[in-house]
Amino acid sequence: MNKDLTTDLLVVGGGAAGLCAAAEAAAAGVKVTVLDSDLHMGGQLVKQTHKFFGSKDEYAGTRGYKIAGILMDEIKELGDKIEMRVNTTCTGYYPEDGVYTAMKGEDEYYRIHAKKAVIATGAQERMLPFPNNDIPGVVGAGAVQTLMNVYGVLPGKKVLMVGAGNIGLIVSYQLTQAGVKVVGLVEAMPKIGGYWVHAAKIRRLGIPILLRHTILEAKGEDYVTGAVISEIDDKFQPIGKPQEIDCDVICMAVGLTPTTEIFWQAGAKMQFVPQLCGHVPFRDKTMRTSNPDLWVAGDAAGIEEASSAMVEGRIAGYSAAKALGKKMDAKKFDEYWARLDHLRAGEVGTKIRAGIAQVMVEGWEA
Amino acid sequence: MACNCTAEEKEKLFNSGVLTDNRPGAVLPPKELWENKKGGLVVIECPQRIPCNPCGTSCPSGAVVPFKDINDTPAIDYEKCTGCGMCVAKCPGLACFVIDLTYGPDKAVIKLPYELIPVPAKGDKVKCLNRTGEEVAEGEVLAVMQPFKDSTNVVSVVIPKKLVSDIRAIKVVR
Amino acid sequence: MELIQKHPILEFKHGKEVSFSFDGKELKGYEGEPIAVALTANGVRVFRVSPLMKRPRGFFCAIGKCSSCFMTVDGVPNVRTCVTPLAAGMKVETQKGKGLVPLETE
Repeated sequence: MNKDLTTDLLVVGGGAAGLCAAAEAAAAGVKVTVLDSDLHMGGQLVKQTHKFFGSKDEYAGTRGYKIAGILMDEIKELGDKIEMRVNTTCTGYYPEDGVYTAMKGEDEYYRIHAKKAVIATGAQERMLPFPNNDIPGVVGAGAVQTLMNVYGVLPGKKVLMVGAGNIGLIVSYQLTQAGVKVVGLVEAMPKIGGYWVHAAKIRRLGIPILLRHTILEAKGEDYVTGAVISEIDDKFQPIGKPQEIDCDVICMAVGLTPTTEIFWQAGAKMQFVPQLCGHVPFRDKTMRTSNPDLWVAGDAAGIEEASSAMVEGRIAGYSAAKALGKKMDAKKFDEYWARLDHLRAGEVGTKIRAGIAQVMVEGWEA
Repeated sequence: MACNCTAEEKEKLFNSGVLTDNRPGAVLPPKELWENKKGGLVVIECPQRIPCNPCGTSCPSGAVVPFKDINDTPAIDYEKCTGCGMCVAKCPGLACFVIDLTYGPDKAVIKLPYELIPVPAKGDKVKCLNRTGEEVAEGEVLAVMQPFKDSTNVVSVVIPKKLVSDIRAIKVVR
Repeated sequence: MELIQKHPILEFKHGKEVSFSFDGKELKGYEGEPIAVALTANGVRVFRVSPLMKRPRGFFCAIGKCSSCFMTVDGVPNVRTCVTPLAAGMKVETQKGKGLVPLETE
């Protein structure tokens, strides 16, 4: 089945940023179509059982998966202004005629004609090279969350977590809540990368966090039966005697990298920004890229947090609506930027601000 | 928080999420006030500046001083603290506790957040854990509440008074 | 099946339980949930074997971005089982090698 679809604003990605962009634009009267390759909307929000940090505006104190519900309710209020298509993957964007293609499952193909688009494709897990890192049992942390928190399936019995950033720390806690034993976390740096309170939570439950440690190899033939870890020095070289760890899951939480294929295909101006964890598109304050029809929001713009993804989504949705001729209240735009600046004002925002400074432009020519 | 470690060992512990001494955002209440306060006083262990303020916005009495900058570590006005435990239930980092030193001559009560199963019941004997998860004592559950009906339980546990600076978690044994 | 029976925060609502086949064996899973999840719940860990080095591959990213979970489903190869909903009677097979698209016979 092959079909043509027409819409005003295409939003690729129905996670925190995409849903906020869609809600913002539709409220202004724009016809919006949201695509998501997963079987439900909500992106990473639906798996977050922990309470969010931040301020009341960004739902601090509310569990992540409930925030997904709040956003979906907001969208439901907008009725048929927003069309949601799950299980639909955007497979390309052709700058020569501005057409998008998408696939649903193996049989349904769409050519989508949209005046503007917000690309909120999020991120994907990074990997560490070590022998046997490709066998079943070596899983991304996000995938473990999906199994446990969305579908109620146990990922395994004993987990070695690689990485003590926020994701490694939070997923270790969630594994414990699901009744899975976390044998420990290995972190290459001399201190945890995530919030101290997340680490304190799991240390109190007796879960070891081994700083300056890394995984040397995964053991097993058809699937993981164990791992070998080692202490490392400040040049990341193994020192001392390697340790054998009994586990059946090696959970990789070594960082995310933005998903940006559509921007590359669009010929948007890109840059590798270490602080934003990969290649990202240049953007102006409206979150518009060098391509006048494409906006970016969320992790696709740089790895950050759900709270900033939501505000960036609002800014992108607002700006796309404005570009489509809708009358918008400039005060809202300023308010959103104030919230974003506020979230990024502290020490934890220093890295992000340094990264964004490298790809933020005053404005575009056209 | 008696820790007989070197400065280097303390730094290493802190870097992996273990508090080894008082720091801004992670202090014990003033001794005299604490020893006489029926109902207990709040103890927050949040020594890192992160954008977060639900402890401040949830405190009904202003004991957790309203945040000027969302990145500030929590500051406490102990005179205003009633030991209600709202912050214990609200904190996304599970970093707030209420400790009452007036329970008995050598017993105290700690209110701590709990989000695991099995959920303890009043009268249960539980294992008390320190900041590295070691079992250091046995405690008795006085009460289990869920103030916001959002799956964060606030468990009141009777513990040995001499370990109030160490016990920060429980393990329910069935 | 390795399902979480009780959880401190979440309550799991599953759809209809259906039967499907995996390499000829009948298994049960929940309709509408990803095939890869149903296989994992049944203890299946190897989804495919890589073409050159014959490496076993399985569940990795769960969001359709990595290709580890490709299997042959109802004869169609390279199906992203982590984002493909399970249907009753589906024929799921371990994909050995690069996977061949079924050709039409004249």
